[in-house]
Amino acid sequence: MDVFGVAITGVGIIFLFLGNFGVLRLPDVYNRIQAGTKCTTLGAFLTIVGVGIMEPAWLWKALLIALFVLVTNPISSHAIARASRKSGVSLCDRSVVDKTKDFEEFREKT
Amino acid sequence: MSQTIAVVFLAIMAIGIFLCLLRMLRGPTAPDRAVAVDTMTTTVVALLVLLGFVFKRYVYLDVALVYSLLAFVGLVAIARFLERGI
Repeated sequence: MDVFGVAITGVGIIFLFLGNFGVLRLPDVYNRIQAGTKCTTLGAFLTIVGVGIMEPAWLWKALLIALFVLVTNPISSHAIARASRKSGVSLCDRSVVDKTKDFEEFREKT
Repeated sequence: MSQTIAVVFLAIMAIGIFLCLLRMLRGPTAPDRAVAVDTMTTTVVALLVLLGFVFKRYVYLDVALVYSLLAFVGLVAIARFLERGI
């Protein structure tokens, strides 16, 4: 049981580190939001559940914390992405698709 | 045995938090810094739970729960401020 918990925690740590690295390295606010939310949510979930498996008396409270992270992290990242788009932060030069601009042009036309 | 491996995991997480701190110091715009703080917060929640496992203290789980709740409320307030002012 101990080895299983350590393995799950290790996978979570790898995801957390990749998320933090992506926040430093990616070129744009929106790319950074994508790296810093998806990787970090899965990493924190796996780490907390792994600690709950290693210490079975803590499992229910660990599951509560993991569920809370899983619910609130996408909400806050969506709020930040919407706010940065509305406050006029532009995309980076290499990005190809901009659905928000397409929608604005479509609404101008009709 | 698992305690020693957990200490190594804590060191890796500390390096990751330092990378986020660099982005928070360097970030060109305000949403960059907010995203870096959000990532740092989620990492710190996982770090607190793992720290409670290393020290064998049950209280650290309560600290992690309250910390994640306060960080969520704060980040939504920052997003609202960036979107339309106070």
